[in-house]
Amino acid sequence: MIPRSRSSNRSSIWFLVAPAALFMLVFFLYPMAGLLIQGFSEGGKAFLTLFGTDLYLRVLWATFETAAIVTVAALLLAYPVSYLLATTTRGWRLVGFMVVLLPFWTSILVRTYAWMVLLGRNGIINRVLLDAGIISSPITMLNSPFAVQLGMVHVMLPFMILPIYNAMLRVDRDLAMAARSLGAGAFSIFSRIYLPLTMQGIIAGCTLVFVLSLGFFITPALLGGGRVTMFAMVIEQQIRETLNWPLASAMSILLLVLTLAVFWLLNRLNVHSRRWSA
Amino acid sequence: MTKLDCALTIENVDKYYGTVRALSQINLHVKPGEFLTILGPSGSGKTTLLKCVAGFETINGGRLLLGEADITDKDPGARNIGMVFQNYALFPHMTVEQNVAFPLVMRRMGRAEIAKRVADALELTELGRFAKRYPRQLSGGQQQRVALSRAIVFEPSLLLLDEPFGALDRKLRETLQLEVRRLQRELNLTTLFITHDQEEALLMSDRIAVMFDGELHQVSGPEEIYQRPANARVANFIGESNLLKGKLSAARGSATTLRFVLESGISVALAARNDAACSVDGEKVLLLRPEHLSPCIDSGCVGNQKNVLPTTVEELVYLGNVSRYRLRMQDGTELVMRLSGSGPKLRVGDAVRVRFSEDDAVLVAAERHTLPPRVLAEVA
Repeated sequence: MIPRSRSSNRSSIWFLVAPAALFMLVFFLYPMAGLLIQGFSEGGKAFLTLFGTDLYLRVLWATFETAAIVTVAALLLAYPVSYLLATTTRGWRLVGFMVVLLPFWTSILVRTYAWMVLLGRNGIINRVLLDAGIISSPITMLNSPFAVQLGMVHVMLPFMILPIYNAMLRVDRDLAMAARSLGAGAFSIFSRIYLPLTMQGIIAGCTLVFVLSLGFFITPALLGGGRVTMFAMVIEQQIRETLNWPLASAMSILLLVLTLAVFWLLNRLNVHSRRWSA
Repeated sequence: MTKLDCALTIENVDKYYGTVRALSQINLHVKPGEFLTILGPSGSGKTTLLKCVAGFETINGGRLLLGEADITDKDPGARNIGMVFQNYALFPHMTVEQNVAFPLVMRRMGRAEIAKRVADALELTELGRFAKRYPRQLSGGQQQRVALSRAIVFEPSLLLLDEPFGALDRKLRETLQLEVRRLQRELNLTTLFITHDQEEALLMSDRIAVMFDGELHQVSGPEEIYQRPANARVANFIGESNLLKGKLSAARGSATTLRFVLESGISVALAARNDAACSVDGEKVLLLRPEHLSPCIDSGCVGNQKNVLPTTVEELVYLGNVSRYRLRMQDGTELVMRLSGSGPKLRVGDAVRVRFSEDDAVLVAAERHTLPPRVLAEVA
């Protein structure tokens, strides 16, 4: 993964990373340590509360479920788009990237509000469907798990597309031709050649999206309308409303540990790819 | 392995990209077990022809026959053709073994049968001990042999090689060229080989088809191609050549010699059988290979004024075993002469008269002419 340095001058490397390392130390590691201390204060009582409360664990489960749904949906949408981007002409690739990245550069709040405009009772989608006579009364789309998942997938798509696109770009186009001449049909070429060769990108994309989804806050808060609770929202509640810092810390630590576990697990899937590509 | 000897017949094949004609009326017959090379510069259409044969491109006219079967409309996978790609196109996520097994797995062969055939193929190319390695872990030459194993393991009716030696260094290239040729002979594989390297073509081929701008200019054996090129362009592409314009004189020198009058007015003689373009009307040029020229130093050629050209030495390049001289005639025509290292010493600025034998001078057509049917049909 990390290229081994051939430089003999190690001190210069430290000099280069020092500012960033210092920044992380002060603004990330220090508060993290504080969090740990808070969470384990009073003999870890907060953890007992956390594991003893059915509600919290159910929210945690639902959070994983949402993250999984978002990841799968984003993957299914991103794979063909990435393929198109990786195989089309230069001009179209540029257009495609604009379409993919423009939302990426837009504030997440703006995008979430845009979904509210689209999905609301008097939103654009309902009005079009009503005018077309397809539905007789507005359907409820906002304030539902569906709205949350939709909004999250939208935010997450670039995180899925970019690594997959990158992996696809590295696939030699002659491979498909070679496979074809050796007797492989379209399905075999995909399942035996293309899919395994782009698996690294898929795993990278899924890791990014799943891990980011686990900690999602703004989109579920706005599009869920209180009907969808993500774990990050419960943490926020503990801090803002009940001022229960130890419990919030314990929850954060649990989420962090689980996130790292997911990260490790998905990374394990890459073991085979690393053997042939390194 | 069984004998894999099917003939390939390419009949009146045309290929267009939009309105651009990439291949024009290609006719070629590759005999069973023959190693035929398509030689041409980049952009000549040779790769397009290969892709048409492999089935990656559809042709706009004509047909393709493999043995008795018409493969014009068949899928690439159904043509039973083994192909070695320019960059080998090995599957990087599969081991050597898995790569070679791939075409057999696609043919739904039994496990034991696959294992046996893969082992046989790897033994043939001396790759047995690399079976569990990934392509990345192999050298260029080894990768090339994997590609070759994969292309022949399923006993194809035809082997296509698309400039497979391009990426290798000179020494390795020579070794592999001979190895591929040995294997091809051993298995009696009908082979169509694509290259832009004329030396490679001369070294490996039973016959060479020279291609320019989507048209075949000559199809013959290596010696014939070098000694009696069909036209000036072929002569220029294969080996170094001096091409002198002029006119065939109506008066023959004798029963067995022709007279050719150069633009400078000098008349030269050549053996009548050396008129490679005898069946063609139109302009002809005199071909003199650099190694056929020699300087008149001694008094030996003073009395004999036949086939002597007065020149001045403009440049000399020492190449170890040979020296290469650039000479200029009085009318400005440039000549290249090649002398072996032990030859006479000449310096830049020296006036030198060079001579050649009437047996070495060849007349070739100035332009491409339609190939006579004799050349199109198989020449034994």
